[in-house]
Amino acid sequence: MPQRLDYLIETASQTAGPYVHIGLAPGAAGFSIFGQELGQTIAAPEVPGERIRVEGLVLDGTGAPVRDALLEVWQADAAGIYPHPEDPRHAEVHPGFRGWGRIITDFDTGLWSFETVRPGPVPGRPGAVQAPHISVWLVARGINIGLNTRIYFPEDAALHAADPVLSMIEQRHRAATLVAARTGPGAYRFDIRLQGDGETVFLDI
Amino acid sequence: MKPAAYFQRNRDIHPPALARGYKSSIPRSPRQALLSIDQTISEITGPAFGHGDIGPLDHDLIRNFATTGDPVGSRIIVHGHVRDENGRPVPGTLVEVWQANASGRYRHRKDTYFGALDPNFGGCGRTITDENGYYVFRTVKPGPYPWRNHVNSWRPAHIHLSVFGRAFCQRLITQMYFEGDPLIPLCPIVRTIPDPAAIDRLIAPLDLNASIPLDSLAYRFDIVLRGRRSTLFENRLEGN
Repeated sequence: MPQRLDYLIETASQTAGPYVHIGLAPGAAGFSIFGQELGQTIAAPEVPGERIRVEGLVLDGTGAPVRDALLEVWQADAAGIYPHPEDPRHAEVHPGFRGWGRIITDFDTGLWSFETVRPGPVPGRPGAVQAPHISVWLVARGINIGLNTRIYFPEDAALHAADPVLSMIEQRHRAATLVAARTGPGAYRFDIRLQGDGETVFLDI
Repeated sequence: MKPAAYFQRNRDIHPPALARGYKSSIPRSPRQALLSIDQTISEITGPAFGHGDIGPLDHDLIRNFATTGDPVGSRIIVHGHVRDENGRPVPGTLVEVWQANASGRYRHRKDTYFGALDPNFGGCGRTITDENGYYVFRTVKPGPYPWRNHVNSWRPAHIHLSVFGRAFCQRLITQMYFEGDPLIPLCPIVRTIPDPAAIDRLIAPLDLNASIPLDSLAYRFDIVLRGRRSTLFENRLEGN
């Protein structure tokens, strides 16, 4: 017998279920309990940058909107800096910029939306940049392990060709599933298709 | 310099997206392969939380919603450590929980089960791990409840847990079950996990040493998040 590796093993995921709101967004479940719910403000109004609003649906394999999903987003600020100690420039981030938000779908329509500042490009491999993007993590009843994807912006098409994620998508037409559609000044639409025609590219990060 | 990556996720111990016994997964599971990417700064960073984000009673589900008295049910303590796969503690990380009450009823506008709501029980809590990665909640033991998967399907008693870690790629939601519950092996959601040992690690044992005599039983639930590689040496960057 060789020596034994003594790593621990990651705890297995289980679905967030239909009542995820109780734990992560109790106001949506129908009651008030905490002094403040987390993840409601990604970028306070005084944070520098272009204000944007992103909305969309999560659609299941039959084309129906998923009305009990919860999304979390994580992004850099307008200068491309993450408010995290491992970003070498994190001390420059405005104190009103959290970079993280929690978004739930409407129980009737399935529509979700959030407001933030448009992120800047962030570093990729040494010497390279990644196109501006917002990272997304999606959970719901019927989703056994959180799904990761990214939201990119159509204005940055020139940076998309060299982006380390977009450029790795083998079926080129599927890269479009990660690019939001501009619907007006500072307004974007990003529908997430869990399955079937136009299935969103999900990432193993 | 390229940041040190987290260990690749071992998908064999996690449920696959499509698990036919759990019917809701059928229309909600991607059919295409996940795109495996090299981690970048976007994945190895993540939100940070501090004690300013939470209140002093948030971890006490017996008190954090009660108005006229304590909630009904078996009083329990749920505690454990959050560690990474290297066995290192994960301090200062947010742990959120939610659960049904002792009747198996959730305080949620969409839950229509006729198990009684408890006016003194909200069913959610949150805390931040200490410098050793330790967390503790006080609550009542949740009841099992019926659900519409197959006819006469029942969920074992469970508590949902959400954990952040330090990086967006460590984000995890899971469910904790209770030692000795005969409904565990029958549950289609438990059975989405292909590895029996991974299921066992979701079952919290009774921890009599941590219970409070004449007050509360205790269950212990340790959580493991993805570990991380050591920082790479500069001259080994190529090919890593």
